[in-house]
Amino acid sequence: MTEVAASIRMRDVERLARRFRDFIEPEQVITDAETLKVYECDGLPVYCEMPLLVVLPDTVEQVQEVLRICHREAVPVVARGAGTGLCGGAMPHAQGVVLSLARFSRILEIDPLARQARVQPGVRNLAISEAAALYGLYYGPDPSSQIACTIGGNIAENSGGVHCLKYGLTVHNLLGVELITVEGERLTLGSQGLDCAGPDLLALVTGSEGLLGIVTEARVKLLPRPEVAQVVMAGFDRVQAAGDAVNQVIEAGIIPAGLEMMDGLAIGAAEAFAQAGYPVDAAALLLCEVDGTREEVQAQIEVVEQLFRRLGAQSVRTSHNEEERARLWAGRKSAFPAVGRISPDYYCMDGTIPRSQLARVLTEMQRMSAAFGLRVANVFHAGDGNLHPLILFDAASPGELERAEAFGARILELCVEVGGCITGEHGVGVEKLRQMPVQFNTQELEQFHRVKAAFDPGGRLNPGKGIPTLRQCQEYRALGSLLTPNAGAQVQQEERMNDRPQEHRHG
Amino acid sequence: MADRIRELQQQVLEARNAGQALRIVGGNSKAFMGREVAVPQQPLSLAQHSGILGYSPVELVLTARAGTPLEEIEAALAEHNQMLSFEPPRFGPGATLGGTLACNLSGPGRPWWNSVRDQVLGIRLLNGLGEELRFGGQVMKNVAGYDLARLQAGAMGTLGVITEISLKVLPRPALSRTLTLAVELDEALSLMNRFALEPKPLSGACWLDGCLYLRLSGAASAVEATGLQWQGEWLEEDDRFWQQLRDQQLPWFDGPQPLWRFCVNPGARIPVLDGCWCLDWGGAQRWYRGRQTLEELAIIAAEAGGQVCLFRGGERDGEVMQRPPAALRQLHRRLKQAFDPDQLFNPGRLYGWM
Repeated sequence: MTEVAASIRMRDVERLARRFRDFIEPEQVITDAETLKVYECDGLPVYCEMPLLVVLPDTVEQVQEVLRICHREAVPVVARGAGTGLCGGAMPHAQGVVLSLARFSRILEIDPLARQARVQPGVRNLAISEAAALYGLYYGPDPSSQIACTIGGNIAENSGGVHCLKYGLTVHNLLGVELITVEGERLTLGSQGLDCAGPDLLALVTGSEGLLGIVTEARVKLLPRPEVAQVVMAGFDRVQAAGDAVNQVIEAGIIPAGLEMMDGLAIGAAEAFAQAGYPVDAAALLLCEVDGTREEVQAQIEVVEQLFRRLGAQSVRTSHNEEERARLWAGRKSAFPAVGRISPDYYCMDGTIPRSQLARVLTEMQRMSAAFGLRVANVFHAGDGNLHPLILFDAASPGELERAEAFGARILELCVEVGGCITGEHGVGVEKLRQMPVQFNTQELEQFHRVKAAFDPGGRLNPGKGIPTLRQCQEYRALGSLLTPNAGAQVQQEERMNDRPQEHRHG
Repeated sequence: MADRIRELQQQVLEARNAGQALRIVGGNSKAFMGREVAVPQQPLSLAQHSGILGYSPVELVLTARAGTPLEEIEAALAEHNQMLSFEPPRFGPGATLGGTLACNLSGPGRPWWNSVRDQVLGIRLLNGLGEELRFGGQVMKNVAGYDLARLQAGAMGTLGVITEISLKVLPRPALSRTLTLAVELDEALSLMNRFALEPKPLSGACWLDGCLYLRLSGAASAVEATGLQWQGEWLEEDDRFWQQLRDQQLPWFDGPQPLWRFCVNPGARIPVLDGCWCLDWGGAQRWYRGRQTLEELAIIAAEAGGQVCLFRGGERDGEVMQRPPAALRQLHRRLKQAFDPDQLFNPGRLYGWM
């Protein structure tokens, strides 16, 4: 930045900050570079940007006023929860304001009779279940970041977790939101009932990555905690056999609460980290959790155990108490940090495929792994087809980051080729803009832009995220033909080398 | 069973050129829903655009053209012991999947087995420009792009013509049985909500004419054990009861009184009115037969945390849905513009102002 540009920027910042400080505590309007640095990225630190300033309002009226001012001044607004997102969705805008909802951290009401909770967007996902536990209730979606991530962020990304096949995503567990529009208008979408008249705007807003409005309150469903949950662990010497086992569980008419798969590399790393008792010589490991009434669980666990044994599983083990269950899950839950110990860096991908394509995709991924010269560990929500390949690399080694990204891009394209999609639960953000034209054609992307314009004609809410511009798409398509393993790395290297930080660890 | 997409596209383009409004029709079983519109509209029939395009029991995914009759889909699922968990109502012969999604209609299991909107994975949609667009997909988890598939639920065709739908389907429970208890409305409401708090295999909770019906679905042992614990009489031929409730064929639904649908907080107490009530969805959906106006009932619905609409009968040339606040109306209009700039699809069907 030139000195002149920098001084203009400083003047803009001071002017905007003064306006915000008229109605927000001065220390909740952050302009100093050191504190701003904390906000430069989310859980995907490869995408960084310094915002003009960060504002942390306390009340809905303050949020409305911030939006009105930004609307009048044509200043971009990026909403932010806990910053645990994995697609760069909360990366600041260089000419914009970060609107942090961290101070909206109150659970406003629990209605046990109706099994609902009304919460502010900055409430942590797990805190809802903790508060509801008093009534024997809990909140269903459980993303792996649930200790830290907030419900506002969950709504923005339509977050999932390991229990989605049975209990759904955020969109299935949300009854209503209060949404502040780009003009600062307050809207209520949804209700305390289950359905509302007219097009389902609540579904539209869920997963819209902060591009359509700012959620300032949410009403979520609570579920009765099941009487009992048991998990069966089984190792298989072939990935195909584990894939067959997953399908046969479903064919038996069982919808498991969780059905997770890990491949050999992930099993080894997780076992070394958590000593969960996993068979380290297995090619694939399944964790199948069944929950419900005692009678239901007993009947289903027997079916699952028999089925796994019949398909040649080694070391089938079933939890018989909460301690054993926690131990069997410990390896899976620590899989990401465990992989972090066997590689200097890793890059976590998030695609979904039809389950029947699993063996094909894993085989193809091994072939790509050899071509790109990078190892890949697989952690897989097998029940709902959501893959999390972890690409291992060393950012200190020249070109490896770019190779990892090119490898990741190829994996996502493969997901689309076999009938799946480029993101199951992490969102598009900035990270997957390039893959959007693989999944959507120009007319579909134009329809997205028209929907965006219906909410935000000036494009001030989280600009540059979620939906690529048509111009970007043309560029991506032109580049796409070059995206073979080696050429791709080169192209991306040239494009991005200069503005990349060194750190690149996620999870 | 045929692919009529080109003809449909052609009709939309011709209507666009002629400035002719279109009335989207599937099996024509829901003609009584929505507003009566005075302006002549040309029918756009989806009935021939029919057929199951893909069904993989192991993936729990089915894809069908919008004009496919629900019967055909449910028969295919039954062969694999699976079902449409949202129990789509049939208000007449030939009800289609597309109409079910457009009207966001779900049956008695809705609080436990999700709604049609919840089970949708992806759609194809003809917009007002005649473009056939694909949103969502055929996998369980997909957060790429805006959720324009679920947005169509309840839009009653005002945002475009749904031409194809992919859905999540579920295994049928091993056993369903129904308990009945003779109780009055207030106690029924308390019991429904108290039972719903327990981790038991409840899959239906309805009250009408002094009787509470509780459906239990799951492993036989779990159903029997819960029945013993909750007490009550087992109902014979209970499938028939739930089907008639779903399709509004019970005698309670007969007669000329207007039928109102409340979607409210399941625990909410509603003031005594002079009409009669039928509670479904554990209290979250309530049917009411009475002569009040939409404005009068809207106040009651708001106090109960939800909405009311005139579902069947009554004055249908005025509004049948509650009027959203001004800012929301503006957003609805802008969205309509984003999909259907020439106001071709079902103008006035949902709201008089749209």
